[in-house]
Amino acid sequence: MAPILEVKNLTHIYSAGTPFEHAALKDISFSVEPGEFIGVIGHTGSGKSTLMQHLNGLLKPTSGTVLLGGKDIWSDKQLTRQSRFRVGLVFQYPEYQLFEETVYKDIAFGPKNMGLDKGEIDRRVREAAGFVGLTEEQLQLSPFDLSGGQKRRVAIAGVIAMEPEVLILDEPTAGLDPRGREDILENIEAYRKAKNATVMMVSHSMNDVARLTDRLIVLNNAQLVMDGSPQEVFVHAQELLEMGLDIPEVTRVFLMLRQQGVPVEPVYTLDQAVQALCALKGGLGRA
Amino acid sequence: MLKDITLGQFFPGNSFIHRLDPRTKLIFLIVYIATLFTASNWISYGLMIAFLALVIAISTIPLKSIVRGMKPLVFILIFTGVLNVFFTAGETVLVSFWIFTITLEGIIRAFFMMTRILLLITGTFLLTYTTSPIALTDGLESLLSPLKKLRVPVHELSMMMCIALRFIPTLIEETDKIMSAQKARGADFETGSLMQRVRALVPILVPLFISAFRRADELATAMECRCYQGGEGRTKMKLLRFHRCDIQAFASAAVLLAAVITLHSFGL
Repeated sequence: MAPILEVKNLTHIYSAGTPFEHAALKDISFSVEPGEFIGVIGHTGSGKSTLMQHLNGLLKPTSGTVLLGGKDIWSDKQLTRQSRFRVGLVFQYPEYQLFEETVYKDIAFGPKNMGLDKGEIDRRVREAAGFVGLTEEQLQLSPFDLSGGQKRRVAIAGVIAMEPEVLILDEPTAGLDPRGREDILENIEAYRKAKNATVMMVSHSMNDVARLTDRLIVLNNAQLVMDGSPQEVFVHAQELLEMGLDIPEVTRVFLMLRQQGVPVEPVYTLDQAVQALCALKGGLGRA
Repeated sequence: MLKDITLGQFFPGNSFIHRLDPRTKLIFLIVYIATLFTASNWISYGLMIAFLALVIAISTIPLKSIVRGMKPLVFILIFTGVLNVFFTAGETVLVSFWIFTITLEGIIRAFFMMTRILLLITGTFLLTYTTSPIALTDGLESLLSPLKKLRVPVHELSMMMCIALRFIPTLIEETDKIMSAQKARGADFETGSLMQRVRALVPILVPLFISAFRRADELATAMECRCYQGGEGRTKMKLLRFHRCDIQAFASAAVLLAAVITLHSFGL
């Protein structure tokens, strides 16, 4: 299948030509296939947020191109605007952008800007609210009367209502309690399955990305340093730790086991760990 | 972009100007402005420009940054210039059409007015460029302290100013973030009629106000947690003291003022 998003030799320099000039992204290239769930990991200041804002045309590359469905999103104005709707971007702490009188109106903001008719807007708002588990009564409340976790879900629904082909989330679970985190991750997965959408998620939780994603992109010092399945990336545990990143807890445990001389392959999810340990036990039992 | 606004930004440094007592700089600025309004001819303006250029050179602030800070003021400058060109009566008529007449006097006056505004603003910018907001409010508080006798809440006023200055960059950053987030939902701030553009600001202003109030509330709590109770009995970590360089600065301000007044009284 043709890739939905392609990033080619993307470089972005902030405050170019001033003493404050610094490169936030250096020569980044990768492509995204439809339906993929990609985790983006990297240390604070590694350029993750800057990269995400290039994918829907909020930032213009200093050099390099971003192709959406094979076309350069900066090649004409209409396309740049379209890319905002086709690639939905949920910022960090998105609950701080809520502004409307009711939850319903706030979620409708995106679809309204797309110029859809009333019926379609209504359908999308209700569907998006469904994805994030908001009730009918909550739609008529003021967003400012909701709890932190609920506000976050309203904000995510506001982007989902545009029905983007690619949904990008910048640390969607930051600052939430475990229950709230779990809910949000389930909502994202529900949307992805229902619409066969592509999802990119920036996260600091290695447990989450290991469990949910099928591919990881690792950024370090404005450069793309690793790109592969969680299996392939977490093999480089030592390098990840040196970059100031973490590895899933089970991977850590298994690496320690290996150091102790237990013959196990590194794993990165709990399910795999259970399997590996059962196999090991079985093997030992037979021996 | 919003980030390019340099108004009121502090450039840390260790030049002669940076080291001056903030009170010296404030008084100096007042004398400078007074001098600027006394200046009335080519020679005195030339003197002021030369003096300002010298101060900029000593301050080691790059000229580029100063010029960039001027950008938002271009409109005011042009407005003043145009107004003076067209509405100054004079004898030497250069161009005359319909109800407009342009006189040589008008052009000279416009030139002087624009120079005056430019000098005024650059001078004020230099103060904020070379003085940290905290030093500035400390200096202001110290200079205004005699007003305490008249029950003017000087400390509270300077604390408010300090907080306001402190939060300008924070709010600019916040505005930037909110704008990006609303753009990601298809908000359009660049096209449409005036009414549409004003309406397009609502999705920015509402979250911005809410976050500003939230910040204010959090800051108030944090200050109360550290037992802040106003200026009563409060001591300072950095005590302001005049040094040798301050005396030199005062002397040069006095000389500048005297020179311009002398020029003025000779009608030059």
